[in-house]
Amino acid sequence: MTEGVITMAYLVSGVFFVLSLGGLSKQETARKGNMYGILGMALAIAATFLSGEVENFKLLIPLMIGGALIGAVLAKRVEMTSMPELVAILHSFVGAAAVLVGLASFLDPSHADLSGTDQLIHDVEILLGVFIGGVTFTGSVIAFGKLRGSLSGKPLLLPGRHMINLGMLGASVWLGAQFVEQGHDQALISLLIVMGISFVLGVHLIVAIGGADMPVVVSMLNSYSGWAAAAAGFMLKNDLLIITGALVGSSGAILSYIMCKAMNRSLANVIFGGFGTGGGSASNISEIEGSITETTADEVAEELKEAKEVMIVPGYGMAVAQAQHVVKDITETLRANDVNVRFAIHPVAGRLPGHMNVLLAEANVPYDIVFEMDEINNDLPTVDVLLVVGANDIVNPSALEDSSSPIAGMPVIEAWNAKSVVALKRSMAAGYSGVENPLYFKENTNMLFGDAKDTLSAVFSKLS
Amino acid sequence: MKLSVPKELLPTEKRVAISPDNIHALQKLGYQVSVQSGAGEQANFTDINFEKAGANLVDDPSTLLGDADLVLKINPPTTEEVSLFKEGATLISFAYPARNEELLKSLGAQKINWLAMDCVPRISRAQSMDALSSMANVAGYRAVVEASHVFGRFFTGQITAAGKVPPAKVLVIGAGVAGLAAIGAARNMGAIVRAFDTRPAVKDEVKSLGGEFLMLDFEEEGAGSGGYAKIMSKEFIDAEMKLFAEQAEEVDIIITTAMIPGKKSPVLITEEMVKSMKHGSVIVDLAAEGGGNCELTEPGESKVVHGVTILGYSDLPSRLSTQSSRLYGNNLVKLVNLLGDTEEFTINQEDEIIRGALVLDRGEISWPPPKVEVSVQLQKPKEQKVVQPIVEKKSIFSPAVMLGGLCVLLLALGWKGENEFLDQLTVFVLSCFVGYMVVWNVTPSLHTPLMSVTNAISGIIVIGGMLFVSGSNPWIAGLAIFLATINVAGGFLVTHRMLKMFRKE
Repeated sequence: MTEGVITMAYLVSGVFFVLSLGGLSKQETARKGNMYGILGMALAIAATFLSGEVENFKLLIPLMIGGALIGAVLAKRVEMTSMPELVAILHSFVGAAAVLVGLASFLDPSHADLSGTDQLIHDVEILLGVFIGGVTFTGSVIAFGKLRGSLSGKPLLLPGRHMINLGMLGASVWLGAQFVEQGHDQALISLLIVMGISFVLGVHLIVAIGGADMPVVVSMLNSYSGWAAAAAGFMLKNDLLIITGALVGSSGAILSYIMCKAMNRSLANVIFGGFGTGGGSASNISEIEGSITETTADEVAEELKEAKEVMIVPGYGMAVAQAQHVVKDITETLRANDVNVRFAIHPVAGRLPGHMNVLLAEANVPYDIVFEMDEINNDLPTVDVLLVVGANDIVNPSALEDSSSPIAGMPVIEAWNAKSVVALKRSMAAGYSGVENPLYFKENTNMLFGDAKDTLSAVFSKLS
Repeated sequence: MKLSVPKELLPTEKRVAISPDNIHALQKLGYQVSVQSGAGEQANFTDINFEKAGANLVDDPSTLLGDADLVLKINPPTTEEVSLFKEGATLISFAYPARNEELLKSLGAQKINWLAMDCVPRISRAQSMDALSSMANVAGYRAVVEASHVFGRFFTGQITAAGKVPPAKVLVIGAGVAGLAAIGAARNMGAIVRAFDTRPAVKDEVKSLGGEFLMLDFEEEGAGSGGYAKIMSKEFIDAEMKLFAEQAEEVDIIITTAMIPGKKSPVLITEEMVKSMKHGSVIVDLAAEGGGNCELTEPGESKVVHGVTILGYSDLPSRLSTQSSRLYGNNLVKLVNLLGDTEEFTINQEDEIIRGALVLDRGEISWPPPKVEVSVQLQKPKEQKVVQPIVEKKSIFSPAVMLGGLCVLLLALGWKGENEFLDQLTVFVLSCFVGYMVVWNVTPSLHTPLMSVTNAISGIIVIGGMLFVSGSNPWIAGLAIFLATINVAGGFLVTHRMLKMFRKE
């Protein structure tokens, strides 16, 4: 195939990728969007195959088949509650691939042929690709570990960690400057050291971030993986990689921004803040008036039977307890009795943007009764019973009422405006932010303690 | 500890202090619950219901009361009952201490602790124990039912083959708990409902129930303390009376609920007004116990004067005995909860609610309680203090500055850079903007599929690997291909799996 045809094939597949993201704007068109993405990818790979630049098929084909098989198995096996882990580990693969492509590009004989500005630009591109890829790779692995629970969700804060980060960045820049000047062999060593630093930096950046800030971290790494691909595109002078990388990069950046806004914090605060490490928030406990009223599954079932409007606010606790299926059973029973059941989703509920929506979809809850926080907040006073399933900070009234609270100003679902609230919770422990939740002490709130799946199953058996 | 619920002795009383549903909660606190046989009969709770719920049945009132550490009742005890109480026992019931001085003394002689349900302070924390409100709610509803019973027409308007039926017009005076319940009930039966109250603050509540709020051309704030209205000035009352006189000619049913605690009820409907009403009209006077809001009301009776039926029943809650007993029982349980479980049973006078309700403290009269400010309205503004959500900080990174900076940077690159690189940069920057525009349109519920699909397409880096796999380091490139393919296949397939799950009804 001629170079022109390949360039156009790449262009078309770039267009497909844009259509793919565009398709996700609505549920109705989302599946078509995914198909566009697959088409675009197939076209790009096919075009590269036929470009004449690829020869080593004996190695290439088995590797691609193997990779595709592993990917397919992963996609089939993953539990919907573990989506955040899958997304994180896939990011790390993109990061690692970017590092490897950078290395391969540097080691390729064609690199030695370059000189002058061409070489300078190319070297900088390689450096950037390797560096961003490295940070994405190890950062995603750490995020994966934290989400899986194999690493502690607590932020690990080394003393002077900002200086350490700056130092690593500075060292990389200095080594990079050496790298472009040095001869090939020495330069390779510099490049490998930069790679090593980027690995350490990725680890260090992400261990300092707490478990519940993971939605932001995962979106941020999503963004990084895009920039890494774009850097590889510059390196290879391949427009398709640049387009795709830019699309992914800006998508991740927007998601991070949305998540941060939903917590009323800046991105810098999330990345460098070491939030949720206590300090100053403990005093809030004593200020809460009133007492906790405990309720039983029987009483909740009775209350639900008599309600006309029911709202369910799910949080990460629902995912942990795998309670989405019994939530759906309850929803169906109530709807069969003409109760209007709706769901209210906070943007940062769960460990991944949109995580709750996916879990509810998995449990077969129709998406037209699932609403976003902003759509639903005004309707809450008409709600007879509001169930909080494993959510805490996102329904905390002190975000609006107490300006000294660490979560002050964070938009929350105003659960307390409902006529009656039932909060399902394992224990009285404070939420991730370490802030006590006055919602539980309100007159119209009853607590149902225990594992959400067990307690809701008991409620369900009483309902049916 | 033993808890006893005797049968109410007043002949007109059909209620019982607790319902079988409450027994479990009381047992959870550690009480052995005994109920007198037949206590719930008139409220349609049979002995079997109580027994099944876990209560002991006792026939003889003297054994029942003689044993009890805690007695739950509705009405104040009779002299006969007083003599049966164990010394030092605790009693929870209505007390009306202002009119029951003799009773206070005789119970005092027995060192009784007496918590009065009618003295529970009207603060927001005590709402769940406010038996006056729950009984007023029942009375308001029943008032409409009683009125419709003697009223000769439909409440709702209809157009039938036999002719047009106009809806009944109901005036509710006083939009407290009882008034609001009456408004709701009358509206639900289809009547046109008007309401008047001296407190303009209740206007919204009246409207939310579908009533029309009548206003006076007169400025005076009628909110007093404890959730009641205060007594108004002479000019105000004149204006008010003029309004009632106008309305009386027009409406079919008047329900009055204006009570002032401890005082005689104000006369709002004069004989003149009754005369001006249509024949067949009905007045229900919920303030009958305090003398009545209508001049002609005879407390406890129903009578017809000038063709208007005037109902002065004072036992409306008892006429809806099952409902009232349930509500009263729930109120009681909430108050009993405050006393702690049986092992740590204390009458904690530090608690505002307990202190307010306690009229006898081990036989000593402790009523009235020391003054505490209990106006519900006054506490509200404090709760409404709202922190401004998300104040946009004026940062140096405003969009204009960012855009300007970007332009300068791009121009500088153009100055220095070579053509091929600049072409790529063009593609890159444009793609960033396309991505930005497209992704903002993605619905938040699809953010997870968005991440997995972007994950898949960032696997495009596989092309990078493919271009080097024929070069000098095939294994490095090969590994990149392998990892990126996992991404491509995994990302697309998992997205497909997720999107398949999203369904609409």
